[in-house]
Amino acid sequence: MANPGSLAVTVAGADAMSDSLAGPRGRRPQRSLSGRNIMIYGTLAIAALYYLLPLYVMVVTSLKGMPEIRLGNIFAPPVEITFEPWAKAWASACTGLNCDGLSRGFWNSVRITIPSTVISIAIASINGYALANWRFKGSEIFFTILIVGAFIPYQVMIYPIVIVLREMGIYGTLTGLIIVHTIFGMPILTLLFRNYFVSLPEELFKAARIDGAGFWTIYLKIMLPMSLPIFVVAMILQITGIWNDFLFGVVFTRPEYYPMTVQLNNIVNSVQGVKEYNVNMAATILTGSVPLFVYFVSGRLFVRGIAAGAVKG
Amino acid sequence: MTGQTIARRPNQLFRNLNAKIASIPMILTAVVIFLGGTLWTVVYSFTNSKLLPRLSFVGLDQYERLWAATRWTVSITNLAIYGVLTLIFSLVIGFLLAALMDQKIRFENTFRTIFLYPFALSFIVTGLVWQWILNPEFGIQSVVRALGWTSFTFDPLYNADIVIYGILIAGLWQGTGLVMCLMLAGLRGIDGEIWKAARVDGIPTWKTYLFIVIPMMRAVFVTTLVIIASGIVRVYDLVVAQTSGGPGIASEVPAKYVYDYMFQAQNLGQGFAASTMMLVTVAIIIVPWAYLEFGGKKRG
Amino acid sequence: MSSSVSIRDLSLNFGAVSVLQHLDLEIADGEFLVLLGASGCGKSTLLNCIAGLLDISDGQIFIKGKNVTWEEPKDRGIGMVFQSYALYPQMTVEKNLSFGLQVAKVPQAEIDKRVARAAEILQIQPLLKRKPAELSGGQRQRVAIGRALVRDVDVFLFDEPLSNLDAKLRSELRVEIKRLHQSLKNTMIYVTHDQIEALTLADRIAVMKGGVIQQLADPMTIYGTPENLFVAGFIGSPSMNFFRGAIRQENGRSIVDVGGLAFDLSRYPARALLKAGQKVVLGVRPEHIRVDEPVEGFITHQAAVDIEEPMGADNLLWLNLAGQPISVRIAGQRRYAPKTPVTLGFDMATASLFDAETENRL
Repeated sequence: MANPGSLAVTVAGADAMSDSLAGPRGRRPQRSLSGRNIMIYGTLAIAALYYLLPLYVMVVTSLKGMPEIRLGNIFAPPVEITFEPWAKAWASACTGLNCDGLSRGFWNSVRITIPSTVISIAIASINGYALANWRFKGSEIFFTILIVGAFIPYQVMIYPIVIVLREMGIYGTLTGLIIVHTIFGMPILTLLFRNYFVSLPEELFKAARIDGAGFWTIYLKIMLPMSLPIFVVAMILQITGIWNDFLFGVVFTRPEYYPMTVQLNNIVNSVQGVKEYNVNMAATILTGSVPLFVYFVSGRLFVRGIAAGAVKG
Repeated sequence: MTGQTIARRPNQLFRNLNAKIASIPMILTAVVIFLGGTLWTVVYSFTNSKLLPRLSFVGLDQYERLWAATRWTVSITNLAIYGVLTLIFSLVIGFLLAALMDQKIRFENTFRTIFLYPFALSFIVTGLVWQWILNPEFGIQSVVRALGWTSFTFDPLYNADIVIYGILIAGLWQGTGLVMCLMLAGLRGIDGEIWKAARVDGIPTWKTYLFIVIPMMRAVFVTTLVIIASGIVRVYDLVVAQTSGGPGIASEVPAKYVYDYMFQAQNLGQGFAASTMMLVTVAIIIVPWAYLEFGGKKRG
Repeated sequence: MSSSVSIRDLSLNFGAVSVLQHLDLEIADGEFLVLLGASGCGKSTLLNCIAGLLDISDGQIFIKGKNVTWEEPKDRGIGMVFQSYALYPQMTVEKNLSFGLQVAKVPQAEIDKRVARAAEILQIQPLLKRKPAELSGGQRQRVAIGRALVRDVDVFLFDEPLSNLDAKLRSELRVEIKRLHQSLKNTMIYVTHDQIEALTLADRIAVMKGGVIQQLADPMTIYGTPENLFVAGFIGSPSMNFFRGAIRQENGRSIVDVGGLAFDLSRYPARALLKAGQKVVLGVRPEHIRVDEPVEGFITHQAAVDIEEPMGADNLLWLNLAGQPISVRIAGQRRYAPKTPVTLGFDMATASLFDAETENRL
C-alpha cells in the first residue's frame, strides 16, 4: 500500500521537483485554434451570405423605382427609397382581370388558413388521443394506412377529391379547400399528437379512468391542459404549411378565392404588360412575411415542429 | 339489482364507442381518400377518359402514349437529375454545415436561424426570388458583366440545357437548412464519450466523423434521405414559379405534367397514368426503406 | 517512490464558475487511486483534466515526470475507460481495439500482438469478430478496458466504468479490475460514486466535494478516522450516527453532553485540547455500538428498540437515543422485538469527534 494515511498534499511542490516545475502551465495556448476558427467561421459566414442574399435582394429591389432597377445592379442598395411598389403590390397589382392587388389573396389565405388550422388540429389531436389511449381493433391498421398515405404524391389523389367535392357541391369554394387541407394535414398531425400522448405517463390516464372519467372528459380535462406545447408546434406546422400551399389552392378554388401564393404567381408570371420587378418583389415579400413572422417568433419551437414533422414513424 | 345478472360480453362494435366515433375522420381519410382515391386513379389510368372519367378500359394505351411523349421523358429526366443532385448536395452541404455548427461555435442560434429561414418560405416565393436573381438582364450575369467581364454568361433559366440547375440552386437554398437541422440533431445525439474515446485514441476529427460518427448516424441519414426524396417527387410549385416549365418544355417535371393533363389539356387518362407512375416512383423509394426500418425491427 | 501522476495547483473555471480550485495530488507509480464523491463534486472533471479532454485554467499536470499540461490526450500515455463504454458501434471488437493503433501507424504485426495479448488478458478472444451491439454490458466494458490496454500506456483512467451494469455484473467486474491491477501493476485512477467500489479497489481514496479533496488516505483510514463531518457521513452504509452536543469538563475529564446523556472522552484520542462549552458532533459507526454486551471501559446508555431490519448476515436495529434515531449493527442471528429495552455500549476509542462549526476532526 502506498504511503498510507499521508495526505500527500505538496504545498507548492517546490521541494520535490523544482526543476520540472518549469514548462507549460495553465490553459493550453490557442495556437492552432485560430486557423481552425477562421476555417469554421469563414465557411459559415459564406454559407450565411448565400442564404441571406435572396432576402436582401428582395428587400432592396422592392424599395427601388423601376428606372433605378433598369440602370443599377440588383445588389446595390436603393439610392432613393420608395414604398410605392409595396402599395401597388398590396392594392392595385393586376392578376388577369381584376386589379385589386394582393390584398384579396391575403384575406383569402387568412380565411383558408385559420379554419383549416383549427379544424385539422382539433380532429388530429382527438385522433391521436384515441390512438394513444383508446386503441380499438383495427385502429393501428387505419393509422398505418394514414401514415403510408402521407408519402403518396398528392397528384394521385386530387382528382377523386375533385369528384367528391363536386358531388357535395363545394368544389371551388373555400369550404372545399379547408376540407382538403384538413385531410392532408391529418397524417403528420395525428402522428405528432399520438406520439406526444403516448409519451405522457400512462398512470395519469389510468387514474382518471378509475375516477370514472370517460373519453371526452379525460381529453378535455387532463390531456388538453397538458399538451399546450404540442398544440403550438402543430399550429406552427399548419399555419406555415397551409399558407405556403400552392397546388391545392390552384386545383380546388375558383379565381376569386385564390390564396395569396397563387395570386402572387399570377401577378409575377403574367405575360401581359411591362414587368414591374419592384412590385413583384414587394408582392413576394408580402406573401412570405406571414410564415417568416411565424418562424422568427416561434424560434426553437419551429425547429421542434419540423423535426417532429420530419421524423415520421 | 338481483346480483344474478350474468355478465354478458358487450357487443364488440360498441366497445370503445367514443374512440371509434372520434376516429371516423381518420378512418374516412385513410380508407376513402388515401386508399380509395389512389385505387380509383390507378384503375382509371387504364381507361381512355378525356374530359370526364369514363370506365372504358384501353389496357396500357395511356402508359404507352406517356412514355412516347417527349414532354414526359424530359420531365422524368429532369426529375432524375434534379433528384440525384438534390440528394447529394443537400446531404453533403447539410452535413457539413451541421458539423461546423457542432464545433461549439458562438452565434449558433443566429447561424441556424439564417440557414433555416428559407424553409419557412413557400416554393412560389423561392422560385420567384431566384427567377429575379438569375435574370440575365438584371441579375448575377449583368452584375458580373458590369464589373468588366463582359462575356460572362450565367443564364440558367433561359438556357434549355442547364435550366434544371437553376431550379436546383433555388431548391437547395430552400431545403438544405432542414437537412442541416436534422443532421445537427443527429450529431447531438451521439454519445459525448465516443468523442472522448476517439480523442484518447488519437483519431483525428475528420476520421472520427468519417469512420465513427457517420456510420453511427445511419438512421438519421436514411430518414433524411426519405424526406428529401419524397419531397423531390412532388416538386411542382418551384418549377411553376421559377420557369413555368420553360424555356419550351426544358424544365418540365412529372407533377406538372399530371396537373396540366388533368386540368388544362383535359386528357384525364394521361394525367392518371402519369400520376400512377409518380406513385410507382415513390413506392420504389419507400418500400425498401420501410422494409429496412420496420421489417428489420421485428426480426431483431 | 517515484510519482506517476502529479497534479500541481490545478484550477478549472467555466466562465465565472470555479469547478476545481488549487488542487494538488501526487499519485505513486502502480498505485490504484479512487476519486470518490457525489455527482457534481468535480471527480469526473478532474479525471477529464488528467486525460487532457478538458483544458485546465491554471496549474500543471505531470505524467511519468513529463509535463503534459498542454499535450493532446493521445500523447499523454494514458488509456481511458468510459461509463457508456463508448465503443465504436459499427466496428468489430477487433477493429475497436486496433483502430487507434492503425491511425497512429503502428506496424500491423505489433497491432496484432497487442490485440492478442489484450484479448487474452481479458478473455475476449471469442468475441473479436463481433460488434458491440452483440455483446452484453459486461463484455462491452471488457472490450472498453481492452481498448485502453492495447495502447500500452502507464496510466489507466476509469470514469465510472461499472455504473451502467447491474449489481451482480458490477461486483464480478470489480473483482476483475482488481485482479487486472494486481497483474499489470499500472497506475490506475478510478472515478466512482460507489463507496463499496472505492473501499474494495483503492490503495488510496480521494474523497471529493465541491471541487476540493476532503480527505486523501487509504480506505481503512478514510473509514476509521474521517477527517471531517462530510467524509464521515459519506462513507459507510448505513451512515455513521451523529450526536450534537457540547463539551463539559468534569474532574479533569472531557465529557460530551448530548441532551443530558454523557459520553466520557477519556478513551478518545483527541488531537487538540477540548474546551468547555465547545459545540461538537460525536460520530459512532453502527457496528461500534454494543447491545447488551458489557465491555470494560465502554459508555453505557439505556434505550428501547424501535424496529429491526434483518439483512441475513447482519441485523440492523433502530433505536431512539437522546431524542434521535440511531442505527446499530449486530449479528444476524440476534433478534429483538420492538420496544425491547436494551443497554447500549459505546466505544469512544473508535468514535469520531468533530467541531460543530468547522466540521473538522478534533
